[in-house]
Amino acid sequence: MASGQQWVLVEMVQALYEAPAYHLILEGILILWIVRLLFSKTYKLQERSDLTEKEKEDLIEEWQPEPLVPPVSKDHPSLNYDIVSGPPSHNIVVNGKQCINFASFNFLGLLDNERVKQKALASLRKYGVGTCGPRGFYGTFDVHLELEDRLAKFMRTEEAIIYSYGFATIASAIPAYSKRGDIVFVDEAACFSIQKGLQASRSFIKYFKHNDMEDLERLLKEQEVEDQKNPRKARVTRRFIVVEGLYINTADVCPLPDLVKLKYKYKVRIFLEESMSFGVLGGRGRGVTEHFGVNIDDIDLISANMENAVASIGGFCCGRSFVIDHQRLSGQGYCFSASLPPMLAAAAIEALNIMEEDPDIFSVLREKCEQVHKALQGTPGIKVVGESYVPALHLQLESSSGSRETDVKRLRQIVDYCLERQIALTLARYLDKEERFLPPPSIRVVVTIEQTTEDINRAASCIREAALVILK
Amino acid sequence: MTESSANKPANGEVCQRPKNGVKQPGRNGLVKSLHHYHHPPQPKHCDPEDQAQHASHNGGVGPYNRPFCESFEETPMLVAVLTYMGYGILTIFGYLRDFLRDWKIERCHIAREREEQKDFVPLYQDFENFYTRNLYMRIRDSWNRPICSVPGAKVDLVERVSYDYNWTFDYTGRVVEGVINMGSYNYLGFAENTGYCSETAALVTEKYGVGVASSRQEMGNLDRHEEMEALVARFLGVESAMAFGMGFATNSMNIPALSGKGCLILSDELNHASLVLGARLSGSTIRVFKHNNMPSLEKMLRDAIVHGQPRTHRPWKKILILVEGIYSMEGSIVRLPEVIALKKRFGAYLYLDEAHSIGALGPGGRGVVDYFGLDPRDVDVMMGTFTKSFGAAGGYIGGSRELIDYLRVHSHSAVYATSMSPPVVEQIITSMKCIMGEDGTTLGRDRVEQLAENTVYFRRRMTEMGFIIYGNCDSPVVPMMLYMPAKIGAFGREMLKRNIGVVVVGFPATTIIESRARFCISAAHTKDMLDTALCVISEVGDLLQVKYSRYRRLPTLDRAFDDSIYDEIQD
Repeated sequence: MASGQQWVLVEMVQALYEAPAYHLILEGILILWIVRLLFSKTYKLQERSDLTEKEKEDLIEEWQPEPLVPPVSKDHPSLNYDIVSGPPSHNIVVNGKQCINFASFNFLGLLDNERVKQKALASLRKYGVGTCGPRGFYGTFDVHLELEDRLAKFMRTEEAIIYSYGFATIASAIPAYSKRGDIVFVDEAACFSIQKGLQASRSFIKYFKHNDMEDLERLLKEQEVEDQKNPRKARVTRRFIVVEGLYINTADVCPLPDLVKLKYKYKVRIFLEESMSFGVLGGRGRGVTEHFGVNIDDIDLISANMENAVASIGGFCCGRSFVIDHQRLSGQGYCFSASLPPMLAAAAIEALNIMEEDPDIFSVLREKCEQVHKALQGTPGIKVVGESYVPALHLQLESSSGSRETDVKRLRQIVDYCLERQIALTLARYLDKEERFLPPPSIRVVVTIEQTTEDINRAASCIREAALVILK
Repeated sequence: MTESSANKPANGEVCQRPKNGVKQPGRNGLVKSLHHYHHPPQPKHCDPEDQAQHASHNGGVGPYNRPFCESFEETPMLVAVLTYMGYGILTIFGYLRDFLRDWKIERCHIAREREEQKDFVPLYQDFENFYTRNLYMRIRDSWNRPICSVPGAKVDLVERVSYDYNWTFDYTGRVVEGVINMGSYNYLGFAENTGYCSETAALVTEKYGVGVASSRQEMGNLDRHEEMEALVARFLGVESAMAFGMGFATNSMNIPALSGKGCLILSDELNHASLVLGARLSGSTIRVFKHNNMPSLEKMLRDAIVHGQPRTHRPWKKILILVEGIYSMEGSIVRLPEVIALKKRFGAYLYLDEAHSIGALGPGGRGVVDYFGLDPRDVDVMMGTFTKSFGAAGGYIGGSRELIDYLRVHSHSAVYATSMSPPVVEQIITSMKCIMGEDGTTLGRDRVEQLAENTVYFRRRMTEMGFIIYGNCDSPVVPMMLYMPAKIGAFGREMLKRNIGVVVVGFPATTIIESRARFCISAAHTKDMLDTALCVISEVGDLLQVKYSRYRRLPTLDRAFDDSIYDEIQD
């Protein structure tokens, strides 16, 4: 090998001697040219424009920016909010009208629970309201540590981490793990905060049809084929399935046992969003894992907010320490945001106490859900969307008029009709242009354990009446 | 030196009158600093217009009604070299430790992947956590210190110890009482558990509870929210305002509503993560200008308008400038008068994040606009948080009625996120009214004045002691340079030993060599507390040898600003 190379070198030197002069001169010029190119000033394409200063000034004068925001008409359906005076609890005053609340996600009625309030007050007297800092910089209170500990114990996982805002929880958690180049398989019905998290992660996103495991498996198989083509890339491409436990947009539950099977078959990690199902499903309110009897360790990350069943503010993620601990430095919403006000954390702890002491509330809630689901069946022109044991249902029009705007208007009329008759309902609101798959317009019906049989019957008959009057 | 320190607008301990177009040679190192500042890579392209432009908006008087003095003393060469060496040594030891862990010679404390999932694609790439494992872990005790009292001027810490070099902490059950708190963003001292604010918050808790369980657009729009928003608008002097449950999300969820494809976002290089995230989520083109550097911003604006969008050369739909009032890691104040002049001249929109400056600056505590005596209507989007000066939580956006109406319809927060907790809202209302003097007392105004006084005093004493401190002389955020990685942990620990709680930060929150300690001055700090703190800082500073400044001043009494220097460069 070495001798061979030497021979080549000798031959090259010989060739140099034999080469004609014009050849050497030409090569010399070429070398000089290359050197010149190497040392010449780099320039940007942009700056090669031959505009004079005057022309530039004119361009600047000429440029007309669009207005910062387009005008919004004064009667836009979502501009003027309904005003709630007083607490948004079971009895609620909406636009000055005393109503029964079928709209707030206060499933367990903990919002005006006296024990929760007292704990929050005690905390307020000790810590004040705000935390004046992120977790890293003297914003960690002993209450936060206690709440994290309690949540981990409640969910029977190794660790939990709390965020100060429910929406930011999953939206921060996803990009902490999934980066550019990774692949995320997502259900089409996934809620908006998941969509934002995915967008922030800049990963490849593959949507599968809602709760359609065959479609998911098809995508996973496609990916497997892809991986075999490029095994080196496949070895560093993380894969995730992101699903909701109980879908807020469709009010049904994900087929978790099937997902776990797929997880091990295709080696994909599962992130589960349980904002709707935490404190609702399962014998002890642990959510969808308990509902299906799935081992919670098989789920890589569970996130939920504490704004629905727990009736406080904030959210949390839980799972194995190997996974969760990473967010303490990489979860943007955790690191860069002020921590949760301690009184809200204290309220959440007390809510967990109540949930642990009295697991019967979950079966009571389930009964109420079934009751409501049954009572709403057979409303003319309206279809009830959602499982029978789910506390946040959707009422959609049976036949759409073809225009979303008209549909929304008609549903709003039903809501107004019910508001007049002391039943507080609300439309499910979406950002029409931002949603990846915009759900059809609907009225939200929320079940709480505080609603009596009488309330439920009244609400159902009121909705039926409204449908008869408005939908004809 | 390093790139970042060279970028700093002025090097050397000088007060600088911000006249970008100044061409006369100054003295005392000013020549150097101004040249440094005013010669971006393409001087040929920039200079002639510079002059024309500045003649137009300086108009002889200058845009500032008060001396604007900011200093970013250059890193001493020796210190920089030693700092890099420090990181080098830490990295070498890191690899050694990793090697020992791999061979099971050293016990590994890191949580491991489950056996069942060992054959999955690793969740983290190995190098991702190298820094955490080998550098951060050594000094982890300086962060996340749990507290168990109001985060006021003095704070009680939960004592914790680590028997395994910071991998895990044990709580001893004891409390470290009365630590002087120089870390919390409690600028006006509204973090309180007694007094009018917390009493009314308690009443509201009793009446409303703590949750809302619905979004603003659905069933979570309480009367208290509306009242607060009207008050915020009045406080800011804008037509309308809207509040959101989290400061971080206020940026990251509303910028996408304001800007989209075909729009250009010009963002300061040191903007907060939330602004960066919001800009990214918006899908607009993002360009970054040098920190608080007006020629850099101006050049970008000119180029953007002249050249239009890349490749297609279509004009930009709109240009949004993102700046912060006070930069929380630098302590610098935005050159707002100049930014406004530029934005007006070029027809761009201005998004001002007042997370740290609202409440903390200006004679009326109304932020950086008040500080410069400008018209709030010149700022298109006034954003800020309630976490800091108001001792509450959340954020707001203020601006024209059209803007807020648009946000009420299109803000992600209004549609999908749970609305703000009633007691938190109450805290905002009462603290804001107090600052405005609407509670019938002068308590609020006194606090604003006290903060300004404390700030000037603290900064002056720190400079006199010979520390390198960054930022504007009126900024209550006081970063003090430590540079070397080992000193980050040492400073935090030594200060805590002497009962002072400080924030120390290093990479990645700062550039790699510019590790620093940060003090946040509060109106609640008494002179005694500040003196105690200063005394301890000086002691620890001598111990760790962090009095790096080469421009040591003689202690003087009432010479807050060095007026003589900018007289010389008047044009």
